[in-house]
Amino acid sequence: MILDLTPEQRAAREQFRTFAAERIAPFANAWDAQEAIPRELIAALGARGWLGSVLPSEDGGAGFDRITYGLLTEEIGRACSSSRSLLTVHDMVGHALRRWGKPEAKERFLQPLARGERIGAFALSEPNVGSDAAAIETRAVEDGESFILDGRKKWTTFGQIADLFLVFAKVTGQPAAFLAERDTPGLSVLPIHGMLGTRASMLAELHFDGCRVPRTSMLGKPGFGISHVAATALELGRYSVACGSVGILQACLAASQDYAVERVQFGLPLNKHPLIRAMLTEMIANVRAGRLLCLRAGFLQERSDPAAFAETMVAKYFCSVVAAKGASDAVQIHGANGCGPDSSVARYLRDAKMMEIIEGSTQIQELAIPRFDFPEL
Amino acid sequence: MDETQTKIKQFLSRFFKNHDLQPSEDIFALGFVNSLLAMQLVAFVEKEFGLAVEDEDLDLDNFRSIDAISALIARKSIPGGASGESLG
Repeated sequence: MILDLTPEQRAAREQFRTFAAERIAPFANAWDAQEAIPRELIAALGARGWLGSVLPSEDGGAGFDRITYGLLTEEIGRACSSSRSLLTVHDMVGHALRRWGKPEAKERFLQPLARGERIGAFALSEPNVGSDAAAIETRAVEDGESFILDGRKKWTTFGQIADLFLVFAKVTGQPAAFLAERDTPGLSVLPIHGMLGTRASMLAELHFDGCRVPRTSMLGKPGFGISHVAATALELGRYSVACGSVGILQACLAASQDYAVERVQFGLPLNKHPLIRAMLTEMIANVRAGRLLCLRAGFLQERSDPAAFAETMVAKYFCSVVAAKGASDAVQIHGANGCGPDSSVARYLRDAKMMEIIEGSTQIQELAIPRFDFPEL
Repeated sequence: MDETQTKIKQFLSRFFKNHDLQPSEDIFALGFVNSLLAMQLVAFVEKEFGLAVEDEDLDLDNFRSIDAISALIARKSIPGGASGESLG
């Protein structure tokens, strides 16, 4: 396993970091308060090919290797988790479509998704269903060359503005996956406001009432919607969330280090106080450990190694947990200044908590990870 | 057991510890397969044998046993065979 970045990956990271520092970070607190990211940002991401980064060039994408994709989500996530979550869910849809979609659907949607002309969103969770994905209550009934969708989806990230939804529904009791366009009759989108974290990720509840989608919109087959289609999307999503969590922790570390130099208490800068140094040390170690886990997961994904599934789960588990811990410490270091309405570390804490819930909660990872066989490194 | 079957058995044995899996044994009936294994099995078949498991291959009968997986691999390895796209 190679533990270093190539010159091309380093150059790409610099490009991502510069963009995030100039075009995202200065505005992230305001977007958080407004509960929306601007259309201009989405257009700028699309113009750079960063909304089709995991899709190959023949599908109109940038064809990033998985390590470079991880660097993109880390750097965007360091500046703004809501912006990173756009990449996550949009890429999950494109990735699953390319893997399991019918030729007609690929022909129609892949290129617009890759160019960012259409935004994708992942609609699995429901009012009554979260971790127990196989228990989804949304139904799809076959009707000639169509399926009729009925049910509710909730917590759909960027559902407010998405053009294309990857929707999971049961066909005669078997989980299946469908694409549904936003303007399909019978589909209504209700914004969700007041979220704890990733407030600018424009969540929505989706209502499907007799919503007719063509047979060609089905990905995979009934019975394979969760185990194969959702699993394909979620493996990429977990990787993106793991890398984004490292980004949050890196942001917490940088903010805390700066503050600990300038803030003087008891006649000494905070970074001279041993208890503060202990928190900084833990953040430094966890950033480095988390980044290595992400590199390993990305390396295995790039090789299409079957072990990538488990290693990605470990990366997501570790990185989201240490991001939440580090963000809590960052607020602690900042004291009351970390609790104010304009505090970035307060946003990091709220966003980091979300990372422990999305793409499989910490507890779901804890149930699943011991079931895998982990070969020696 | 031929080379293909041996490789499949070696892969599955990582998950089915303390059980000597036989070529015709139904891994679903044995309760060994869950959603965590499903995509790993697809990834294994694709990477180990240089094939692309596609939409039309998604049939539990193709993954039910070592014999069934071996037969799927054999079909897809034939040029022009059933959905026999190679990963190149």
